[in-house]
Amino acid sequence: MRFLFSRPALLLFQVLVAVVLIGIWHFGSTVRIPAGYLSAKAVYPLDPFFFSTPIAVFERTWRDFATGVIWYHLGITLLETALAFAIGAAGGVVVGFWFARRQLVAAVFDPYVKMANALPRVVLAPIFALWLGLGIWSKVALGVSLVFFIVFFNVYQGVKEVSPTVLANARMLGMSERQLLRHVYWPSALTWMFSSLHTSVGFALVGAVVGEYLGSAAGLGYRIHQAEGVFDVTGVFSGMLVLAVFVILIDAGVTLIENRLTVWRPSTSANQR
Amino acid sequence: MAGLDGTASARSEIPASLPAAPAAQLEGVRISFSGRQAKETPFIAVDSVDLTVADGEFLAIVGPTGCGKSTLLNATAGLLIPSVGRVRVFGQPLAGLNRQAGYLFQAEALFPWKTVEENVAIGLEVAGVATAEARARAMAWLKRVGLGAFGARYPHMLSGGQRKRVGLAQVLIRDPKILLMDEPFGPLDAQTRQIMGNLLLDLWSLDRKAVMFVTHDLDEAIALADRVVIMSAGPASRIIGEWRVGLARPRDIAEVRLLPEFHALHREIWSALREEVAKGYLQTEGAA
Repeated sequence: MRFLFSRPALLLFQVLVAVVLIGIWHFGSTVRIPAGYLSAKAVYPLDPFFFSTPIAVFERTWRDFATGVIWYHLGITLLETALAFAIGAAGGVVVGFWFARRQLVAAVFDPYVKMANALPRVVLAPIFALWLGLGIWSKVALGVSLVFFIVFFNVYQGVKEVSPTVLANARMLGMSERQLLRHVYWPSALTWMFSSLHTSVGFALVGAVVGEYLGSAAGLGYRIHQAEGVFDVTGVFSGMLVLAVFVILIDAGVTLIENRLTVWRPSTSANQR
Repeated sequence: MAGLDGTASARSEIPASLPAAPAAQLEGVRISFSGRQAKETPFIAVDSVDLTVADGEFLAIVGPTGCGKSTLLNATAGLLIPSVGRVRVFGQPLAGLNRQAGYLFQAEALFPWKTVEENVAIGLEVAGVATAEARARAMAWLKRVGLGAFGARYPHMLSGGQRKRVGLAQVLIRDPKILLMDEPFGPLDAQTRQIMGNLLLDLWSLDRKAVMFVTHDLDEAIALADRVVIMSAGPASRIIGEWRVGLARPRDIAEVRLLPEFHALHREIWSALREEVAKGYLQTEGAA
């Protein structure tokens, strides 16, 4: 995609969107409409009880970081995300390879894989909590159940879609079955896996936060849930803000890793985001 | 040549009594592909093909599109097993892949995730040559094909002609006794084809491997080869003619085309080929 503006201009417009939205929120929740216009009493267009105010949200977020309470919860969520991604990706790679190289196995398991993947993962959360307790592992399991299938399908596809010419060339160059795995199937599968890296890391985080939300004693999801329980809208928005910034940072990290690992690809695919 | 001295061991694997045997020999080869359903009659690509390539001979195989030229190469490479007949390599019946052959494919066959240098070195590395030595020899080969400065690039950063040069180096670095080439210069523009043809002849003249060169371009075939065989239009295509090319070597692809002998031979072969081209064209059009 070709940008219509230069980079600074683009950044300016991006900031402008945030300023406008936060401005609407701020004035809507702090400036009353005088009595007689909308109703008999003077009212806020955005009632602070339901919407809080931007200043209160930033203040709360600042305080959480200043006092250091939030770091522990961030750390827990990050740990769960990392574990869910690592275990899910490892499982997806191994099973994806296995299925792609053994057609019979793939054919036998095909309906079950589709069934398991079609299941909304949220319904599994209580089961995981029951099996693995309220600690981090039930959240990791939920994240794994999401990440596994994304990586699995991509690796499976990557191994199946190796160009027959490249494969024939590799064999003519004298590669054994093991060398084919290492020099042809593995890089091809990784390419496909990296193309879904943003999605799978995102889902690992979703699994962790949803798991925390449904029952835990720590993590960002837990913080949001706690705040909701006492109608603390400021706390909910603050939790969402921290989560959003956290996601953007992780996503930027993934982009860095992705660019390092896919230097060999044409730049058209490296540019798309 | 620095890059060729590691090849003595590869050569000694062939028993001493064999040099008299042709490099590759196809005997009554039929190759058929079964249809998707069992009751479909199998498609016969080539039938009763007898073809011999002597050691050190440059053979060109010409035929209309879809006549199964590539199929013959695949059979010689061991990538396809003939339904009838057999393939001999230096007198021995071929079982499995042809380890004496190097194959330059028509389609893109480089490993896109490896640099140019890694692509060329890989054939040595998988054979157990130490990485440092393999890389050094790869660089020597890249210089030989005129890409000495491109070792660190990835294939997608090169032009089509440059990628073919890499492919050539990738195949030749293993010093195969038989070189199989499947319309290797097909997708290139006319000027690049000439340059590549001359490069190929230069490299070939160093150690005269047996070459099977498939093309649909009669000019290219005559300019390069010692012998040209013509195949009939498919299906069940067979070899319908064979001509020796007596043009002196070393040749220059561009200049050799101006010689009267070239024209006489071209006219002679073309009169046989023309009918088959028309037939092949009708069939592919009818199928479409």
